Amino acid sequence: MSSYDLNQAPLRDLNRALHALRPDTNETHWTINGPDGRHAIAVGLDAPISVEIEGNVGYYCAGMNKLASVVINGNAGVGVAENMMSGFVHVRGDVSQSAGATAHGGLLVVDGNAGARCGISMKGIDIVVKGSIGHMSAFMAQAGTLTVLGDAGEALGDSLYEARLYVRGSVKSLGADCIEKEMRDEHREQLYAKLQAAGLAGEVNPSEFRRYGSARRLYHFNVDNAGAY
Amino acid sequence: MAETPKDPTAKDPTFKDARPLPRTKPRFSATFTPDVMSEIRRAAATGIYDIRGAGAKRKLPHFDDLLFLGASISRYPLEGYRERCGTEVVLGARFASKPIHLKTPITIAGMSFGSLSAQAKEALGRGATLAGTSTTTGDGGMTQEERGHSQTLVYQYLPSRYGMNPDDLRKADAIEIVIGQGAKPGGGGMLLGQKITERVAGMRCLPPGVDQRSACRHPDWTGPDDLEIKIEELREITDGEKPIYVKVGASRPYYDTALAAKSGADVVVLDGMQGGTAATQDVFIEHVGIPILAAIRPAVQALQDLGLHRKVQLIVSGGIRSGADVAKALALGADAVAIGTAALIALGDNDPRWEADYQALGTTAGAYDDWHEGKDPAGITTQDPELAKRLDPVLAGRRLANYLAVMTLEAQTIARACGKSHLHNLEPEDLVALTIEAAAMAQVPMAGTGWIPGKTGF
Repeated sequence: MSSYDLNQAPLRDLNRALHALRPDTNETHWTINGPDGRHAIAVGLDAPISVEIEGNVGYYCAGMNKLASVVINGNAGVGVAENMMSGFVHVRGDVSQSAGATAHGGLLVVDGNAGARCGISMKGIDIVVKGSIGHMSAFMAQAGTLTVLGDAGEALGDSLYEARLYVRGSVKSLGADCIEKEMRDEHREQLYAKLQAAGLAGEVNPSEFRRYGSARRLYHFNVDNAGAY
Repeated sequence: MAETPKDPTAKDPTFKDARPLPRTKPRFSATFTPDVMSEIRRAAATGIYDIRGAGAKRKLPHFDDLLFLGASISRYPLEGYRERCGTEVVLGARFASKPIHLKTPITIAGMSFGSLSAQAKEALGRGATLAGTSTTTGDGGMTQEERGHSQTLVYQYLPSRYGMNPDDLRKADAIEIVIGQGAKPGGGGMLLGQKITERVAGMRCLPPGVDQRSACRHPDWTGPDDLEIKIEELREITDGEKPIYVKVGASRPYYDTALAAKSGADVVVLDGMQGGTAATQDVFIEHVGIPILAAIRPAVQALQDLGLHRKVQLIVSGGIRSGADVAKALALGADAVAIGTAALIALGDNDPRWEADYQALGTTAGAYDDWHEGKDPAGITTQDPELAKRLDPVLAGRRLANYLAVMTLEAQTIARACGKSHLHNLEPEDLVALTIEAAAMAQVPMAGTGWIPGKTGF
């Protein structure tokens, strides 16, 4: 087990050491102390290692993650797990705006609440938020799933493409071209799988959720839709 | 004494001239021109704004309005072909541990696979590599063809993040954070359904055939304070190796350049309104942003005020066509230029050899700008495999390399005439303007005078 204290050594050295790990490395578990809200901690990881961060982190923690499992024992700033490709990011506290932005894959689990634009432009990631999410979440979301155990803020799923949104609580309002859709068995199965991946199997009932998706009315330019944008 | 001809009407009040009455020539309005009227009719018939490719087509103050003062008695020129005139440029040495070294200051601007065929992207890579310069990806990510054929490849980091992935980031030689482009500062990208083939859709994680609207703002940062953190993240991901460019469309060049430099950019890319686009509303192209001629001096001033001129490199683009344009842009303070439209023309875009095909599309060679429709007869701005086959990437790459060589030689010719041993030694003092507008924008005197509007007295 490797341990690193950001109060003692520079962030660049930590990230460089993590990048240098080979896929078959024996240094598979890292503990990072003293994050103190620093930005860009554990970004660009590309090995199946596990990283645990003891405290609050700033912007873009675990950005562009591949393969690695990153646990943040604290809150996270803007863009946690942005553009993640694969792997697992778990935030024990709350997260700020643009969590999981543009991410292509992997799983992001937030134990607390997420701010605005959660899952903006998401491209395949699965996001599970145990609390509530802020306004404009899943804006232009292209693929993947966003599961929210609490409530969603204004303009959920504005200009949505093919991402699927599951919300258990209330939705303040839906954005342009986002509509509620029928929960069929395939969706309950998908939702169950995501809840299971987030460690919530048996604790949360998939049939309590509503599903939201794209009405696909804005997929092609049409003058009669001008007022919808 | 000569006989005076008499007025035939004087005595005969019923006289009528046998000739037809003179008529005024049909007169077109300078406001409602035939072009304007055709657009009104098009809008009335379709109910949707006009979308097209290319950059601003209106006449603008440009590099043509500047002239160089060759050396004579007061300063001496360098011998053409014998005395050295350097053209190499280093980009990104401010912070990056692996800056880019180019043999010529003429780079290839960002153009996406999707907007261009795979053959066209390959040709750009081949031509640029032969010439010792860089190419740039576009919205939609990096293709293997492009990485394979470009010795130096700049990877664009765009608001849409289509195809963005850390493996390609690590493969790139530099990263260009795109805030905007000259054809549409403040606008996002557009790629209409005709060009969203399975491969393009797969790279962008979109359903095939949809009209793709790229975001106009980045999804995970807003403003210069966040940009600084985003740059920090990209440096951390790439271990501080890659130069980081920030690209802006020319609108408020002084502040945009200052903020990009303050945010930690290694290189600022400034694109004027003549810069091309794959697909944008005509009203956006023609009415938003400013010409590159008006943008260079304020951007250079911003870098000088920060003590960063030549430390943060400035790449300018938008209507660069010749070595003279390159020399003028550099004399105004740029470190390098980028070409997009000119490079496509060198590959074969709008070539008269396809005139019959252009006619069939209702246009003519030289005027074709419906790049968004994907029907390009030259096989460049298309995803149609049959059309794309028309472009031989090896021959087209050779043409681009030839063109880059000519431009570089032309710029050297001018620099030597001005007595400069490197293109970067050209300076505003070498220039005069032919028009008041150009004198004011480029901040050089009107030819034959010492007058710089707004700077000197009347």
